[in-house]
Amino acid sequence: MTPDSKPHADFRDLLEALCHVWGPSGHEDRVRALLLELIAPHVDETRVDALGNLIAVRHAAAGGAKGTGVEAPRIMVAAHMDEIGVVVTHVDQDGFLRFGPVGGILTGNLIGTRVTFEDGTVGVIGAEKRADQAKAPTLDELFIDVGADDAAAVTQRVGDMAAFHHRLDWSGGRPIAPNHDDRIGCVMLVAALRRFKPGPNTLVAVFSTQEEVGTRGAETAAYGVAPQLAIALDITGAGDTPKAPPLALKLGAGAAVKVKDGGMIASPALRRLMEERAQAAGIPYQLEVLTGGTTDARAMQTSRAGVPAGAISVPTRYGHSPSQVIDLADVQAGVDLLLALLEGDVSGLLGSGLTGSGMTGAG
Amino acid sequence: MSPKTDNGLDLGPLDLDLLRRLSEARGVSGDEGRVRRILVDAVGGRLERLHADGMGNLYGSRAAKPAAAAGRPAPRVMLAAHMDEVGLMVTQVGRDGLLAVDAVGGLDARVLAGQPVLVGPEGLPGVIGLKPVHLSAPGEREQPPKIKDLRVDIGVDSGEAADRLVNVGDGVTFATDFQDLGPTLLGKAFDDRGGCAVLCALLDQDYPVTLEAVFTVQEEVGLRGAQVAAHRLAPDCAIVLECGTTDDTPKERDDTPVMRLGAGPAITVMDRSLIADRRLVAHLVATADDLGIPYQIRAPKGGGTDGGRIHLSRAGVPTAVVSMPCRYLHAPASLLAKSDMRHTIALLRAALQRLSWKDLER
Repeated sequence: MTPDSKPHADFRDLLEALCHVWGPSGHEDRVRALLLELIAPHVDETRVDALGNLIAVRHAAAGGAKGTGVEAPRIMVAAHMDEIGVVVTHVDQDGFLRFGPVGGILTGNLIGTRVTFEDGTVGVIGAEKRADQAKAPTLDELFIDVGADDAAAVTQRVGDMAAFHHRLDWSGGRPIAPNHDDRIGCVMLVAALRRFKPGPNTLVAVFSTQEEVGTRGAETAAYGVAPQLAIALDITGAGDTPKAPPLALKLGAGAAVKVKDGGMIASPALRRLMEERAQAAGIPYQLEVLTGGTTDARAMQTSRAGVPAGAISVPTRYGHSPSQVIDLADVQAGVDLLLALLEGDVSGLLGSGLTGSGMTGAG
Repeated sequence: MSPKTDNGLDLGPLDLDLLRRLSEARGVSGDEGRVRRILVDAVGGRLERLHADGMGNLYGSRAAKPAAAAGRPAPRVMLAAHMDEVGLMVTQVGRDGLLAVDAVGGLDARVLAGQPVLVGPEGLPGVIGLKPVHLSAPGEREQPPKIKDLRVDIGVDSGEAADRLVNVGDGVTFATDFQDLGPTLLGKAFDDRGGCAVLCALLDQDYPVTLEAVFTVQEEVGLRGAQVAAHRLAPDCAIVLECGTTDDTPKERDDTPVMRLGAGPAITVMDRSLIADRRLVAHLVATADDLGIPYQIRAPKGGGTDGGRIHLSRAGVPTAVVSMPCRYLHAPASLLAKSDMRHTIALLRAALQRLSWKDLER
């Protein structure tokens, strides 16, 4: 069966392309280059800011809000390009590399994991013998083996980063990859740009950098864009595996509409509008109340004088592990919901009792 | 007498008198006035529009020369070094005349006990008291003291006498004289008076880029001065000048020190607060390689600098950090190698001379 004959063929193709591109935090150049190629035919203008964020604008329909002399609302939608990884801190005499984390590495997942450096070198993570082998190792007890017999044979040096070895597999129709976080958000944003029909709102699509080390790219991008409304596209957890921690999210049950996470409380008005649009269009959704972790929405929400912000998330099993599992039905629902929002009237969210023009001064 | 590198690069003399004055000046975070006055004096003729902001950051510019031809003006490069040092602050004057203190910045209580210190604006001498070995139980000596249990003793015998000399909120710094040990220098507060001294040394010549020099406040308590300084300047890129920790004394395991004394300026790729701009890192590395200036890549093991705030300012600022390796940081006496200081100044001068918009292209 060819991919084209399967459901969600467009997502499959985009995922196939994006999951295989190397890009730990701060090193997103290759991801950005590919995305620029993918979105160029579908946007009015693009720019890259000081931190490497790719910012693409799709203007509102001419004669829409512009006819009234009021600028169309700018909606910033962010998906991050970077992926978690490791960074070399030491090359030992025998040619083994010690490393530190780039983003939220879970050491319990690392033994036997393959990592890839920028030059294509593949390494495998090994662990020292420990007093209690049943316990998860600490980072200090782990090392990367790049097949070198001594330090002289190692081509990596201190400061070099590696990502989890890229591989996309399909299981029961579900994709497994080490970097759904957040290439699936990028897939959704590209898909939305392809389908976007200019209406009352200007869409500013931001493919952000350095999310995994503290939503840094989105912070500077949001300042530059000065949006009136902000939405992040990212992964979230899932509570549908054996003895999972309580989390009312299930793979395949629909797009996750964020209520809150460890770093932000979504704008209640935006969350309600997401629910209304989903209900009106028959788009499956579930509410996300996540206790830990956060997304670019946090940085966008507190930018400048504050921005109503929320997120559409993809329920994900085994997040931040080398084998993250998602369901493309949720991705489809997420894109449908995003477009229902972007192409409709959002003016009710843009301020209490202020005119539209009162909210556009930040640009 | 100018020491030269193998390729004949002129490294020039070091202004050790300025470093001595900066090192011995008392200035915990929030109390940088004395350091600022020394710097105003030192850079006065070499920077234009010298001024301080509401928090106490000291700014000055040096316009690009020759000025850029018609079209795009030369890049404005923010150079930042922080004036504040870690230390203590008086929190309470006891009835017995002893002063309770809290840490200003990251201090390990183990380096404090028994140290001579200077208190308040007048530099009142005192000592951080700890029960003497004669009286302490063996088990007690194995426990590190807690800062809240330490007292600064200024040699008076009543709360009234102490009240006349000291105010709650007074800063307390180590009483360490600067010393030239030959190849190395010993002193307090090299973090970041060393960076301040390097910044001053860079101002003796013109560059094809415009320098926006900032001596920042309150780095040690959370990069606070740099946050407002970067917003005020909105520079095209930034280089942070720091003194960073070495951990190059003998270790049991085969492990890379964060940096090594004497191995040259350390270029940051990543720390807790920042992933350095790859273009600026490449520019610094290429400059050092071309000129044969020794350098090291700082091992990415936590830590943070003013760069953490500067790079996130406004719509973002490409930022790099260059540190001089320094032994025994955040302690009464640190060691700095003269060769590292010379090589740091040489690297930065050359990197600024070669910097153009091209280096900031993607």
